Amino acid sequence: MIKTVYSKGKLVAKTGNEVMAEAMRQIEPDVVAAYPITPATEIVQIFSQFVADGIVKSEYVAVESEHSAMSATIAAAAAGARAMTGTSAQGLALMWEMLYIAAGLRLPIVMAEVNRALSAPINIHGDQSDTMGARDSGWIQIYSENSQEAYDNMIQAVKIAEKAKLPAMVTTDGFIISHCMEVVETYPDEDVKKFVGEYKPERSLLDTKKPYTLGSIELQDYYFEHRWQLAEGMRNAKNIIAEVAKDFEKTFGRKYDMYEKYMMDDAEIAIVVIGSTAGTAKVVVKELREKGIKAGLLKIRVFRPFPFEMIAKDLANVKAIAVMDRADSCSGTYAPLYSDVVTALFAAGVMAPKVVNYVYGLGGREINTDHIAAVYDKLGKIASGAEKPFTGIEYINVRIK
Amino acid sequence: MANLKELSKCPERLTGGHRLCAGCGAGIVARQTLLAAGNTPVVVTSATGCLEVSTTIFPYSSWKDSFFHSAFENSAATCSGIEAAYKSLKKQGKITEDIRFIAFGGDGGTYDIGLQSLSGAVERGHRMLYICYNNEAYMNTGIQRSGATPRGAHTTTAPAGKSIHGKQQTRKDLTEIMVAHDIPYVAQAYVGNWNDYITKVQKALAVDGPSFINILTPCRLGWAYKPEDTMSLNRLAVETCIWPSYEVENGVYKINVMPKEKKPVTEFLKPQGRFSHLFKPGSEGIIEQIQKEVDAKWELLQKKVAMTAK
Repeated sequence: MIKTVYSKGKLVAKTGNEVMAEAMRQIEPDVVAAYPITPATEIVQIFSQFVADGIVKSEYVAVESEHSAMSATIAAAAAGARAMTGTSAQGLALMWEMLYIAAGLRLPIVMAEVNRALSAPINIHGDQSDTMGARDSGWIQIYSENSQEAYDNMIQAVKIAEKAKLPAMVTTDGFIISHCMEVVETYPDEDVKKFVGEYKPERSLLDTKKPYTLGSIELQDYYFEHRWQLAEGMRNAKNIIAEVAKDFEKTFGRKYDMYEKYMMDDAEIAIVVIGSTAGTAKVVVKELREKGIKAGLLKIRVFRPFPFEMIAKDLANVKAIAVMDRADSCSGTYAPLYSDVVTALFAAGVMAPKVVNYVYGLGGREINTDHIAAVYDKLGKIASGAEKPFTGIEYINVRIK
Repeated sequence: MANLKELSKCPERLTGGHRLCAGCGAGIVARQTLLAAGNTPVVVTSATGCLEVSTTIFPYSSWKDSFFHSAFENSAATCSGIEAAYKSLKKQGKITEDIRFIAFGGDGGTYDIGLQSLSGAVERGHRMLYICYNNEAYMNTGIQRSGATPRGAHTTTAPAGKSIHGKQQTRKDLTEIMVAHDIPYVAQAYVGNWNDYITKVQKALAVDGPSFINILTPCRLGWAYKPEDTMSLNRLAVETCIWPSYEVENGVYKINVMPKEKKPVTEFLKPQGRFSHLFKPGSEGIIEQIQKEVDAKWELLQKKVAMTAK
């Protein structure tokens, strides 16, 4: 049960999509350009109603595709506007070209993204293969466990993006969060507005006193430096995300980190996971703890930039770790989160933990406490030496011949 | 009508030193467009293409106004995003001056890959002028066929060969596609008549809504002719009625440059290397077919003028 943390907070019952739209209403960006797609449609649908009712001053551009949604959002941001959009799955895939350009031009766009499986086969349900496909595009990626986090992450993302000069996407798991009604604490409009502050862009295409050219061609002599600056900007964003989280905690009372450690202090076995499944896993961890089993959970909130140094430290003393990916990589090796976690451990010289990879929940396939309990059970056997850690990917709850 | 004396007092807003070819029509289009804007500030967007890569080689820029490029297929969506930002910031009192918005795209970026983006943007009614500098092929990547390439023309992806003689299809009529969007102003223009073009740009910029100009823009490399002939060659496109200069203002058609005598299409085709194979044995009938198509289109255009006359 969520209780108010902020003195002026208000408990409301809202779905993930409703609460993301609510955050957008409070942020009140200058421009929103978007295209409908299940399961993210509601966000921009609700927002366009705010525009139609004159509740927000924002211009809503109902574009003819996601490619144009991202193009118009990029252009609005380059024109000095605070610009936002929202999408999911195929929409994000159609934006692919423009995602890299948004980052390369260092435009602080914020996107509400609802995680959905990528085609083919076509499927509208939740998994994270869409945003995993955009993981190296230069966008900050912040994942949410529930609607409260989605709301809080949206508000923080505006500040993070503008300080880091990087675009940021805030995600929720399709249907599981986007369409699930939950109790959420929202904050008064004026307090949210004060927190995000007024956007003061360094440059704007609309500043006719200082016209400038953006989007130039850069060849062998300049391109590399600008791409290095982008990568460096992403590395530096870690500190910015931490600062904004600190500010947020000071203002509204909720604490956020790059990732959440749940009963990790003395954990001997642990799951690393992203998104709503963390909520399910916490139930299992609690039950195991009651039985005296030292289980823990590390929930990734910020996947890009990836906090590899911290993660290596926090996992160093765990005997067996299961990295659970809600996306496969089709790379012939391991899934995305596993690859990054193992890289983090190896680079830090942390060789002790046995680390295995599970892929689960593709296309919205159920993942429940029994599935997660079985993973912890396996980890227990690996930790005790009763079983050897498996190589390759284990797939949960799937019919494999 | 544009006045040369007044235009001579307008500031030069596209600086020299850009890397466009000698005789390139695109630079002329850009320069005359900005000249037509007079003293009104503009923000320019461009699709990827010759004009963009030749005028914005970092850290230099030929543009004295704000210029923005992001990708190939989205000049219209991009321009619409800037216009939306302008509307929002103006509504909030953060901007007070009047600014106009101009999107450029070549024919590849307009007829083909950018058509959806253009159609969407004009349907949404953004106040912006989209200018297609149409050189009838993908010239920036090395003369590949586009939806604007005319029948019979040699390009590197629809080449003249032993059994196929250049492009086998007619070009799509983009100007009429834009007329079908029922926007306030659509025009077809050509490099080689500054007065006609500048007048059209001024009309288009004065419209409170979307406007579109399709300007035939010679590419001396792709069309294979002498660079000094850009203007005189292109005038033949109008005199042969291959490319009529006309406008559609709130649904009313008007032919702006009426040829004194309609010349045969060969007068436009003959000086160009891209059509040279049509004059050799083996490709008989193609010129006749082009002539027939041109005649039919010209007749139809005159009917449209008569039909919509007030």
